[in-house]
Amino acid sequence: MIAPQSHYLILSGILFVLGMSGVLVRKNPLVMFMSIELMLNAANLAFVTFAYRFGAIEGQVVAFFVMTVAAAEVVVGLAIISSIFRVRANVDVDEVSSLKG
Amino acid sequence: MLSNAWLILAFPALGFLYCSLVGRLISRRSCGVVASGAVGLSFLVGLGALVEMLRLPAAAQSVQLPLWNWIAAGKLSVPFSLLVDPLSILMVLVVTGVGFLIHVYATGYMQGDADYARFFALMNIFVLAMLMLVLAGSFLLLMVGWGGVGFASYALIAFWFQKPANAAAGTKAFVMNSIGDVGLLLAIFLIFINFGRLDYSGVFSQASQKLAVNSPMATAVVLLLLIGAAAKSAQLPLHTWLPDAMAGPTPVSALIHAATMVTAGVYLIARTHPLYQLSPTAMTIVATIGALSALFAATIGLVQPNIKRVLAYSTISQLGYMFLAVGVGAFSAGMFHLVTHAFFKALLFMAAGGVIHALAGEEDLRKMGGLWRTVPSMYLGFLVGALALAGFPLLSGFFSKDEIIFAAFASQRGSPVLGVMALSVVGLTGFYVFRAFFLCFHGTSRVDEQVAHHIHKPGLSMVAPVGVLAVLAALGGYINFVGGTGAIDRFLSPVFERYTDPVPVAVGAEAMQEPLMMVSVLVGLGGIFVAYLMYVRYPNAAARVGGWYPGLYRLFLNKWYVDELYGFLFLRPGRWLGELLAGPVDGAITDGIVRGAARSVEWFALGFKRVETGFVRDYALAILLGATVVLFYLMQIGGVR
Repeated sequence: MIAPQSHYLILSGILFVLGMSGVLVRKNPLVMFMSIELMLNAANLAFVTFAYRFGAIEGQVVAFFVMTVAAAEVVVGLAIISSIFRVRANVDVDEVSSLKG
Repeated sequence: MLSNAWLILAFPALGFLYCSLVGRLISRRSCGVVASGAVGLSFLVGLGALVEMLRLPAAAQSVQLPLWNWIAAGKLSVPFSLLVDPLSILMVLVVTGVGFLIHVYATGYMQGDADYARFFALMNIFVLAMLMLVLAGSFLLLMVGWGGVGFASYALIAFWFQKPANAAAGTKAFVMNSIGDVGLLLAIFLIFINFGRLDYSGVFSQASQKLAVNSPMATAVVLLLLIGAAAKSAQLPLHTWLPDAMAGPTPVSALIHAATMVTAGVYLIARTHPLYQLSPTAMTIVATIGALSALFAATIGLVQPNIKRVLAYSTISQLGYMFLAVGVGAFSAGMFHLVTHAFFKALLFMAAGGVIHALAGEEDLRKMGGLWRTVPSMYLGFLVGALALAGFPLLSGFFSKDEIIFAAFASQRGSPVLGVMALSVVGLTGFYVFRAFFLCFHGTSRVDEQVAHHIHKPGLSMVAPVGVLAVLAALGGYINFVGGTGAIDRFLSPVFERYTDPVPVAVGAEAMQEPLMMVSVLVGLGGIFVAYLMYVRYPNAAARVGGWYPGLYRLFLNKWYVDELYGFLFLRPGRWLGELLAGPVDGAITDGIVRGAARSVEWFALGFKRVETGFVRDYALAILLGATVVLFYLMQIGGVR
């Protein structure tokens, strides 16, 4: 038996809010990254659900694009984090605020 | 040869290119040779054109040479065309002939100068511009030459620009000439409005149909032309630049500020005589300005201590004669005097330059004296020039000046007042030029000891042109008698009688000619004699006479305070305006706007700067809020259902 589509959307919303709270409250950049991944995948879930619902292939295609972009983003992000780590001992994002105006 | 007249322009142009681009790399000496040779070749081409012209019937002597289509825009179409006719050929021969002699002279005079190549490049570009001015077939091309000679004159007056006074003199000449250029340009605009074209033949042949005699428009056009002419020819009230122009090297003074460029105003009036004939009022103004300038400049020349300035005021005075002549309708008499004046005034300047050269740059008459033994060639040259200028019988100035004085009395546009003014200037001329002559060459030497020991004897390149010009100044008047009296008049009549009838001479005036000639010779000799008494016979007399009329003496010495008057009327308000604009207006208003703009940007920036905390989560929150707002907005307008 397939669960009703609304359940998928609710799950997607819960995952998104979880990820968002993670980004907003955590200080460790690695955990923030994981939270961002969570948000991206919540969006993917919603895409796929709607694609299934409307019988349109585009939503599924976009999900693949998002995965690719997420992978690329992780590469760049981890590079930044590791170079920050090289400069200072800990990687608390609240202390990396040199962009302050 | 007539159709090859463009060669006249080509040679100085090539000479200029050579001197300015390659000459200085090859050798200094070559610049002088090439520059002189270029002008000499132009002279030969001009001579060839003259010979061919004399063989043609009078009606065919005026040839338009369209070289290429220069400007074509809407209704305006101006070909780059030359007008070869007796008037322009006469001017070409004067410019290149006298110009050639002065170029040769300058090869000697400028020998020691570091900027030899630049000097000859500028001299050639002057000759080029001047030839373009006289050969132009339309008002627009005339303007090109007009501006060109103005530039060359400026650059050569300020040739020794390291001395600030020279640079200032150049600027002064340029500014005064610009006033004239504006007048000329406005006249050209008015001509285009009225005629729809700018070529001479088109304008002149329609002049009497399109403009009524003495109509305000006709008067306006010619008065604007007169502003241009007066500025270029240093006539009242735009004369102040010429005496200062003596700051340039003496060959420049001889070529540009005596023989050729300053006569451009006379040429312009003669060339545009069909327009001037339409406005008797303007003709009267021209004649009056001429007579006043002649008298005014002569009085200043009486007392100036600088030899070149005496000659400069003399030039203004003689140009005044020419203006008087063309103003009373005696165009060919004016042109005749232009030619003879070019000979004897160039001669005077070159002889004076020889003295100045010998004395290592000394121009003050009070530090000369007794130099006839030191530089006898220059002494003889100056003597011939001075006699010709004073109208000594049978020398060139005598013939041309008498024609003008006669015209001033006898022409229907003339008047006894103009005539008497012209006559009295003869006396003043005789006095001032022989005052300079006696102070320079006779009496006891007042030369500085040091200078006297190092006299630079003029070389052959300086003496030879002086000799040739002396012959021309002595005998130049006889060109009017080639094949019977009035040769110049006959030669130029295809030009001056083509579109308009000549100004008639009053009935029974012929009888005046000989008595007038006698009177003017006597007045001239009287002036010379007074100068002899005051400066040779009784050397202390000059100071005593000056003491009798101290006010008049100071008035003349200070050039009637015209410079001071202009300083008071124009310079001072100009400076005030400048200070007003630079201080309050620029400081408060212009700078205020600029600074205000910068400051308001800074305020905004300081306000928005708080937003940039540097904390990642703040940015994330901002993105979230933004996304939420966009989402709500989309739902509101129904973009998302």
